[in-house]
Amino acid sequence: MAACSTASIRPADDAAARRSALPGFAPTLGITLTWLSLIVLIPLASLALRPWTLGLDGVWQSVTDPRVLAALRLSFGTAALAAAVNVPLGLLVAWVMVRYRFPGRGLADALIDMPLALPTAVAGIALTALFAKNGWIGSLLVPLGIKVAYTPLGILLAMIFVGLPFVVRTLEPVVMDLPIDAEEAAATLGASRGQAFRRVVLPALLPALLAGFGAALARGVGEYGSVIFIAGNMPMVSEIAPLLIVIRLEQLDYAGAAALALVMLLVSFAILLLLNALQARIAANAA
Amino acid sequence: MNTVLPQRPTTEHWLIRAGLIAVTVVLLIVLLLLPLLVVFTEALRRGVPAVLAALEQPETLAAVRLSLLVAVISVPLNTVCGMAGAWCISRFRFPGRGLLVTLIELPFSVSPVISGLVWVLLFGANGWLSPLLNATGTRIVFAVPGLVLATVFVTFPFVARTLIPLMQSQGAAEEEAAITLGASGWQTYFRVTLPNIRWGLLYGVLLCNARAMGEFGAVAVVSGHIRGQTMTMPLQIEALFNDYDWIGAFSIAALLSLLALLTLVAKAALEWRIGRAGGGLL
Repeated sequence: MAACSTASIRPADDAAARRSALPGFAPTLGITLTWLSLIVLIPLASLALRPWTLGLDGVWQSVTDPRVLAALRLSFGTAALAAAVNVPLGLLVAWVMVRYRFPGRGLADALIDMPLALPTAVAGIALTALFAKNGWIGSLLVPLGIKVAYTPLGILLAMIFVGLPFVVRTLEPVVMDLPIDAEEAAATLGASRGQAFRRVVLPALLPALLAGFGAALARGVGEYGSVIFIAGNMPMVSEIAPLLIVIRLEQLDYAGAAALALVMLLVSFAILLLLNALQARIAANAA
Repeated sequence: MNTVLPQRPTTEHWLIRAGLIAVTVVLLIVLLLLPLLVVFTEALRRGVPAVLAALEQPETLAAVRLSLLVAVISVPLNTVCGMAGAWCISRFRFPGRGLLVTLIELPFSVSPVISGLVWVLLFGANGWLSPLLNATGTRIVFAVPGLVLATVFVTFPFVARTLIPLMQSQGAAEEEAAITLGASGWQTYFRVTLPNIRWGLLYGVLLCNARAMGEFGAVAVVSGHIRGQTMTMPLQIEALFNDYDWIGAFSIAALLSLLALLTLVAKAALEWRIGRAGGGLL
């Protein structure tokens, strides 16, 4: 099909496609749209429609259940906190990786992607083993009264772990493209290094910092595998929203599971849209 | 040049620099390297023979086989679709192109649990299509097809997402020349396009495969956790961990960690090949 010659591309195909000398527009677009619809769009549409079988009142009751609200608060609150911790950590790592040369830098660069390459279940049991009271780190922290494993602190740790690469990888290209002459100008005009960083570098990085925050937040909210092993999963205390979806499914409450999933998706998208708008506003102000 | 200008620094004092590097290295070691190391030390706690014995358990072998089967089905499907998507998006301009790119990347912003949930809503016991399935006696959820569908959903964007920017930056000049010289569409794709994108394609397939083998949340929802039948490697890790079989759980985890390490090494090599600086897995 893709082998059809240019002559066979009918005018109906699309004005722009006609401008290209290359064949294969209609079949490749057809394959893409079909596969996208079957795998992504129709299933997600079924998710959006399913809760309403409970009726409007039923959906409201289902998503305002105290256990649901506690899970949503925990998921979004902890993910936001983890993303907020990851912003300075990610900025530090991105800055050091881009600006400095040191032995082992290549290894460090590969290590940054580790949370993305390591299956979440592996990360989950590894973090649990590390921070359990007889683990390498847990045995140091527990005597100090800091319990990480099986507490909400463990959820925070897992979300920091999975979110860090998002902030670093969002910031790196932007730090790389920072115009060095702006920093030179600041230095020439008598700014100290600290002043130049606060007044010149940070404002230029602000949109990327927001984007990294958003990406880490979105990942943290949806995260399941690395969290459930270390969380303890106590209802109302350390039970994240994705786990509650699983629990509702096991109780065959499909509509309730879908309602909670829909709320999670809508709130996540709303936050991402808001952060996008904020970024656009900052970029416009800077221009 | 600089000697003429008043001496204000444009980089940090060497002490601060050394301090920042030290903090970064410690952070990366504690947060990212230790979890990896702990997987191997926990697995090897009773030596290599215990690991091998754990991996030879029939249920674990079944989980390895199932993970391979799911990856072998899902990865090629998404590869072909990703190649088709990258072709129409990078080689043609049409209304809605930006929206199409956004929709292709949509699965990345959906929680893994929700990626599994959508299939249960369609094909589960109370699912919309369950009457149809009951009539024909087909099982999708709590069986291999469901695991494949969930995996295809979460790995959907990888190949297209790697190929689109690569093909856009390469441009269509070589392909247009081939077509003008009389090559057919397929000839052009296999002789001109494919050689140009082969490393990028391999990169996308590699990431797609890593995620397919390691996916947990989405398959946990559709699996039904039937031991020896619908348990992939990550699900088997959870089952053994909950049984307090630490050697067993960490042995499979070590196997998957080796795959992750291999993926990272291959990724670094391919990035060097493609000539892109840095850039994450996503």
